[in-house]
Amino acid sequence: MKFAVIQFPGSNCDQDCIAAINGIAGLHAEYVWHKETSLRDFDAIVLPGGFAYGDYLRCGAIARFSPIMRAVVSDARAGKLVLGTCNGFQILCEAGLLPGALVRNRSLRFVCEMVTTRVEVANSPFMHGCSEGTLLRLPIAHGEGCFFADPETLRQLNRDRQVILRYSDRQGRIVPEANPNGSIENIAGICNHERNVFGLMPHPDRASDARLGSADGAKIFRSMMETINANRAEAGSGPAKQVA
Amino acid sequence: MKAKVIVTPKKTVLDPQGNAVRDAMRHLGMPEVRNVRIGKYLEIDLDGKNVDLEKRLDDLCRDLLSNPVIEEYSIERLSE
Amino acid sequence: MTLSTPKDFAGPDNFGVLDPAVTPKLVAEHGLTPEEFERIKKILGREPNFTELGIFSVMWSEHCSYKNSRRELKKLPTTGPNILVKAGEENAGVVDIGDGWAIAFKIESHNHPSAIEPFQGAATGVGGIIRDIFTMGARPEFCLNSLRFGPIVGQVCNLPANKDRKLKTCTTIVTNRRLFTGVVSGIAHYGNCIGIPTIGGEIYFDESFEGNPLVNVFCLGVLRYEQLARGAAKGIGNPVFYVGAETGRDGLAGATFASRELTEESREDRPAVQVGDPFKEKLLLEACLELLARDAVAGIQDMGAAGLTCSTCETASRGGSGIEIDLAKVPKREPGMTPYEILLSESQERMLIIAKRGQESVVREIFDKWDVPCAEIGRVTDDGMMRVRNNGTIAAEIPAKPLTEEAPLYEREAKPPVATRLWRVSGGRPTRLWPQNLPKIDNHQALRQLLRDPTIASKNWVYHQYDHSVRTGTIVKPGSDAAVFFVRYANKILAATTDCNSLYCALDPREGGKAAVAEAARNLTCSGAKPLAVTDNLNFGNPYKPQNFWQLREAVEGIAEACRAFGTPVTGGNVSLYNESPAGVVDPTPTIAMVGLIDNERHITTQWFKNDGDAIILAGEIGDDLGGSQFLKVCHGRKEGPPPHVDLAHEIKIQNAVRDLIREGLVKSAHDCSEGGLAVALAECCFNPEKLFGIDVDLDGSHSPAGRQEETCRRHVATVLFNESQSRIVISTAPANLEKTMSILRERDVPFQQLGKVGGDELQIRANRETFRWPIGDLYDDWWNSIRRALENDSSAERIPSL
Repeated sequence: MKFAVIQFPGSNCDQDCIAAINGIAGLHAEYVWHKETSLRDFDAIVLPGGFAYGDYLRCGAIARFSPIMRAVVSDARAGKLVLGTCNGFQILCEAGLLPGALVRNRSLRFVCEMVTTRVEVANSPFMHGCSEGTLLRLPIAHGEGCFFADPETLRQLNRDRQVILRYSDRQGRIVPEANPNGSIENIAGICNHERNVFGLMPHPDRASDARLGSADGAKIFRSMMETINANRAEAGSGPAKQVA
Repeated sequence: MKAKVIVTPKKTVLDPQGNAVRDAMRHLGMPEVRNVRIGKYLEIDLDGKNVDLEKRLDDLCRDLLSNPVIEEYSIERLSE
Repeated sequence: MTLSTPKDFAGPDNFGVLDPAVTPKLVAEHGLTPEEFERIKKILGREPNFTELGIFSVMWSEHCSYKNSRRELKKLPTTGPNILVKAGEENAGVVDIGDGWAIAFKIESHNHPSAIEPFQGAATGVGGIIRDIFTMGARPEFCLNSLRFGPIVGQVCNLPANKDRKLKTCTTIVTNRRLFTGVVSGIAHYGNCIGIPTIGGEIYFDESFEGNPLVNVFCLGVLRYEQLARGAAKGIGNPVFYVGAETGRDGLAGATFASRELTEESREDRPAVQVGDPFKEKLLLEACLELLARDAVAGIQDMGAAGLTCSTCETASRGGSGIEIDLAKVPKREPGMTPYEILLSESQERMLIIAKRGQESVVREIFDKWDVPCAEIGRVTDDGMMRVRNNGTIAAEIPAKPLTEEAPLYEREAKPPVATRLWRVSGGRPTRLWPQNLPKIDNHQALRQLLRDPTIASKNWVYHQYDHSVRTGTIVKPGSDAAVFFVRYANKILAATTDCNSLYCALDPREGGKAAVAEAARNLTCSGAKPLAVTDNLNFGNPYKPQNFWQLREAVEGIAEACRAFGTPVTGGNVSLYNESPAGVVDPTPTIAMVGLIDNERHITTQWFKNDGDAIILAGEIGDDLGGSQFLKVCHGRKEGPPPHVDLAHEIKIQNAVRDLIREGLVKSAHDCSEGGLAVALAECCFNPEKLFGIDVDLDGSHSPAGRQEETCRRHVATVLFNESQSRIVISTAPANLEKTMSILRERDVPFQQLGKVGGDELQIRANRETFRWPIGDLYDDWWNSIRRALENDSSAERIPSL
């Protein structure tokens, strides 16, 4: 199964994403330069972290106009799985594939640490096999990761169970002390209404090796693979051809 | 009184953000863009209006609102 | 050598209104002495024009030529079986780490720019050192930084309650905080954006750094042997490319600027500040590495200090060739720049590439892909000249080798300060300080005061702002003795640390230099690594002052001795002189950055206790000398005494023993004793980020042979708790392994003492038959939140989880 990792100018987690995905049996990831225009050959799309275009103007504001983004948007609308981590999440919001916006951390400082997040929706396409309340240890590293949405959008997100991850304490309680950046309602990651586009501020790519403190992030990539296989089985086309 | 303060990078100082925005504007079909400088805009409400206040505002523009090493500022005073 | 003036040479007068005439006054303003000017005339066989004067001025500044320090630097050991590129040969040294892999690393200072504009000064410092690494063909993997600032908390040592003085202190502290927070944000801005993790370093606060902070940045990169790139202009006729950002009037004459003292007037030197663009550098980095993988490059050199000037003449000099460039072809940001300005500009994010002839299209294709400006500006010649054209005229023409290699070398007068002269005469070491003579203070409070001192306190407020997890290799994160990084594609585990106790160096630069190397090695040993090599950053005052030069010489000799003993050659580094402000000279700071290799993942060790019930052992002796300690400085306001002496043979014996214990799998934690002594070290061992531990220890030696007990008890209790004797490592081991551990230490003839065990919720220490108890949560709060409280407010302190 082939994942595309989009390389924007200024992406800096592209290599980490490739290493994390290629570390999972059955998955293979390739770079796609932002000047490309098609993602036809890929089963899923990953927008990595970093500082695309230096995050100048606003995070993701310039990147959303990169040529590849037309393909990302059309493939997303067609139902392909799209994962945006950190800067990738910001780009997905700017591109209108996800609601809300990411603004400066409440502390006004960049924050890099390991956090605990709680899975809010069981068995979503990106969290296969994770029951509600599962705790994932994931690193964050961002200056503008404070999720904001207007009250109406927030209501919709909650009503339609689009909030996938919230920052929690180690006991799984959603408390203000566990909120590293001031995100509204401790929101760490959301999906779109159709549930095939997922954005989160934490880095699953940096949590795919227990030596680095956590391997919980690998669950997300693995879950994407399972979802794609399941969808194909349902559509009667059998499991995807595995690429070594 | 009300004051508008505009802080911009000095002309001779590199403005990486402005350059990135300039290039993006050109790529998005506006080759006419020659230069972009990005600064900050502040609207300040003050009680009273006198020379001393203006002088102190000017001082704070220099010491706090701008970084005189790399930025310059201008103040526009608006009486209501 | 004399040169005839070429026909089309535009002499000094031909530059019209723009270029001033070269007068003795102008020569002096360029920091050149009359003797140096004579030397320039001899090299050229004529008078230099204004542009050439500028070129000589930067190339012969201390920053580029090391004219005052080079003779001292020659004393450092630079060779070893693993060294692939020696100090001074290239931008950074290169060390073999086996299996076809090598590492390139270097440390560099950006002190003066950071004093003027802390954010941009620090940011461009990071950018500069990263360029030095990828210029070698290495992919930068991580950064460390070593920082020094004036005090950021309002305690002033030993000052009478004088109102004016207090007021002045107050504004100084505000300035110090501004510099500190500005530098930290600048490092975070650049490092985070370019995506290279900042995984460790050190920060000290001391009055001597007021107005002249030290910002030393280290970067390490990894490469295959065959990827090694050289900064040489080889192959006559090869095209010379300028790649990267456009040239503006940034940092004009920055290299000359860095070679002067900071005075009140230098606040007016402000146009000299460069602005960094980490986004552009990220593109430049990827484009250069992609190009280097294509075998299209004959030589590559970054444009750092002295920009285009330095890169052109150094590549020509190294290549034994000449080089010719045309300024009209250089991408420029501003109109109307003169040759002088273009050549001396320090605009960031630029590189000079000597491509192989016929490969021009490859260069253009790759830089076009990355949207990085790229221009062919000249070619390699065979006449040994650095020739600069400007639209058909010749702006400068200088023989490259003499320009880079015949800079004057000086031996400055060295003279120890009076106090040192006195004790040196009386037989070597100064007399120790007698703690009995100190005013009585509460030792219980003293530990808390030390843990709150920003120099000792946790730097989490700082390192949480640095992305330390990008590139997914950081196994031991900031906060332990040394950072540990896993290079996945090379399957190598590296450990790295920076160390220097400036106070020791101020009191005795030779011992201080030795101690810096010993501590760096000790930190690596504690992490399970074997030290490999060193890069050093020598931060000193004006070398024309004999006392400053004496400090430099003593420190270098101390470092050289220690590096020889440890078998860790110096692969390069940086010298920063003139670190003085109107308030005085900085404490001498020869920062040592050391890199080591960990053979096996299982050997990776951190400083924190791991389990209740584990036995705690001190490898080394309790020690008895308070000189140069943080206890004297923080609790008594005295920067005094002979600093601790390092017995290198003893130090190495202890480190080897501890490393072998780690390799045997007997050690659960290892932490070196440094600032604050044993009491602080023990407290730090309890502050495991996953869970706080308590301990119960007895320093009176009840767990050890009887003889020692008496000896320890005769000591002053503060001395036992807080002395900073070297060669001490606190280790913990599972109870089942205790006997084996002790028998190995005995076999190795390493002095040690079993101190007690991990457990409880207090730090309980018995010393001199007195028992001290501190709730561990209180100590942790002091230590963890101190810097946050100093910079923000009390309510910002993070809540301490209960045990």
